[in-house]
Amino acid sequence: MSAADTFTRLTGWGRTAPSSARLVSAEREDIAAVVAEAAGHQGERGAIARGLGRSYGDAAQNGGGTVVRLNGDLDAAVIDDSRAEVTVGAGVSLDELLRVLVPRGYFVPVTPGTRFVTVGGAIASDIHGKNHHVEGSFGNHVRRMSILLADGSVATLSPADQPELFWATIGGMGLTGIVLEATFGLLPIQSSRCLVDTTRANDLDEVIGLMAESDDRYRYSVAWIDLMATGRHLGRSVLTHGDHAGLDDLPPGTADPLHYDADVVISAPPVFPISAVNRATIRMFNEMWFRKAPRSRVAELQRIPQYFHPLDMIGSWNRAYGPHGFVQYQILVPFGEESTLRTVIERLATSGAPSFVTVLKRFGAANPAPLSFPAPGWTLALDIPTRTAGLSGLLHELDHVVLDAGGRHYLAKDSHTTPDAIRRGYPRLAEWQAIRDQVDPKGLWQSDLGRRLGLLD
Amino acid sequence: MQNSLGEPQSILVLGGTSEIGLAIARALDSPSLRHIVLACRDLVQGEAAAASLRRDGLTAEVVAFDAARPDTHTALVDDVSGRVGDIDLVVLAFGVLGDQAQFEADPVAAASAVTVNYTGAVSVGLAVGNRLRQQGHGTLVVLSSVAGERARKANFVYGSSKAGLDAFAQGLGDSLVGTGARVLVVRPGFVHSRMTAGMKAAPLSTTPDAVAAVTASALRGRRRTVWAPGPLRYLFIVLRHLPGAVFRRLPLG
Repeated sequence: MSAADTFTRLTGWGRTAPSSARLVSAEREDIAAVVAEAAGHQGERGAIARGLGRSYGDAAQNGGGTVVRLNGDLDAAVIDDSRAEVTVGAGVSLDELLRVLVPRGYFVPVTPGTRFVTVGGAIASDIHGKNHHVEGSFGNHVRRMSILLADGSVATLSPADQPELFWATIGGMGLTGIVLEATFGLLPIQSSRCLVDTTRANDLDEVIGLMAESDDRYRYSVAWIDLMATGRHLGRSVLTHGDHAGLDDLPPGTADPLHYDADVVISAPPVFPISAVNRATIRMFNEMWFRKAPRSRVAELQRIPQYFHPLDMIGSWNRAYGPHGFVQYQILVPFGEESTLRTVIERLATSGAPSFVTVLKRFGAANPAPLSFPAPGWTLALDIPTRTAGLSGLLHELDHVVLDAGGRHYLAKDSHTTPDAIRRGYPRLAEWQAIRDQVDPKGLWQSDLGRRLGLLD
Repeated sequence: MQNSLGEPQSILVLGGTSEIGLAIARALDSPSLRHIVLACRDLVQGEAAAASLRRDGLTAEVVAFDAARPDTHTALVDDVSGRVGDIDLVVLAFGVLGDQAQFEADPVAAASAVTVNYTGAVSVGLAVGNRLRQQGHGTLVVLSSVAGERARKANFVYGSSKAGLDAFAQGLGDSLVGTGARVLVVRPGFVHSRMTAGMKAAPLSTTPDAVAAVTASALRGRRRTVWAPGPLRYLFIVLRHLPGAVFRRLPLG
């Protein structure tokens, strides 16, 4: 690689705050050499791994430095049926993995709303899904992983083997090293369908009540909220509860119960000159979406991609926000702070900020990772076009409200907040930084997110 | 590192006592802004300006900067980086307006003024460009002037130095394409300020805060040049093409 390397402009999924870095791909065998060269080349700016770029903000970009893509080798994945676990390279995506797992009668223990995340990304962001209240986040299921450290060595970590570094890497946003391979538990399934109960709730109190009361009877639970609804309709939502369908739940004579077909149906065009997401379109969409949902329907069969990854059916849907991109805002407030949740939703609804997908979920217990996001409480996730009037003031104001209530931000989604917000939201930040300093004293692992939020200080 | 809302965390104002420079810093203040550095010659005045900017969560420092000393410029940029980390936004706001009649009587004074306005800007502009390229992100705002669009006998010493600055800034911007760094050239018309106190205002005059607002708005987009106020763009399309005999007779102040 020459000194006049091409620099690649990188952003997160929100397509905001670009920076340019030297983007390199590496196979498992040569990644240590690639990283060592990066340390020489732009030494001061360091390196960070990048998966499929699904973090919404600047987690997988590194201005002036190196960004490393670890190629995934799905064929080398090994499923151990006796232990119901899989060992797979960190560069492999959940999409690729599911194509192999589902027909074999397994599901991943945790999936986010998109299957286009790498195993490495799933670990670095400690992703969570609709089953957090029962199964926790992805890190809870990792039994062991190997990681490339700053000194070029490869360490094997597990909850029993270097637990501090193991848990610092879970949710550590790639800033402790590059995960090379991981072994995690699998969920045995009988079919590739889910049984889904859908209910419409007329307001926030109703959906909160319904979730508190029925969540624990289901593996999967999430509510879509109409953020444009105000007044007595504030927080009106569509709540879905689900679980994997057993063989008995399928229509008799179903030929191939584990048949799995997950395709991108249509791709958003590369150029959307303006954002298709604005108050007018979202108001119409939300009205239609809310009305289309059944007031109450039980035991509907849905295919896995349909239930778990509906947005994945549109390739590059983030382009619909136009050239200025969007901000994804995801926070949590602890149980007992439902009034704060209401305040946040109310401020958003009255501001008229148009959000395409607004989701509310109840979290269960946290795991031992110091930078892991989920903790018992309510999490709200939404997206807003960056050009929305008054957005800066609104988000900074909401940040204060959330932090004052003991809440915090999700690093994999954040693209706007401050170092102070992270210090307040993550009381174990200093503990995490001490672990990082031990394994990366020269500060090789750097990212724009790390610099912006003061994680590297 | 700036965030998705285009809010910088650090700002360096070269010409830290410039009213326009300070107005831009104020216009870009947000809860994300943590550091402002004012680089100027008059440290006492600089400290007064810094004091007016400081607030909880925002540091404002003053560093010595002499545009006429190119040999100090790279060290200056390095020093600022050492203090604040990545520099998200640099505002090049220094310049000497001077007095045309005085310049004509004293060529050495004229040479000093343009050395500051043009040569100093080339030197510090390149140093900043190098740093932003190294960072892979960041924006340099260059305060040019409509006076550079077409030289007038009333102020051609100042005007020609701004013409040079403008071309330099555009070239620098082109050279930074693909590196993640960006240059925005701002061309204000007559600005009511300390620098122009007592002078007769030209048509389409403006204020430092108005220039700052135009700059902040342009920074949110992808523009590389912007006029303040906007309509000056069209005025100058006309002025640029007027025959010399006509142009010379215009009462442009």
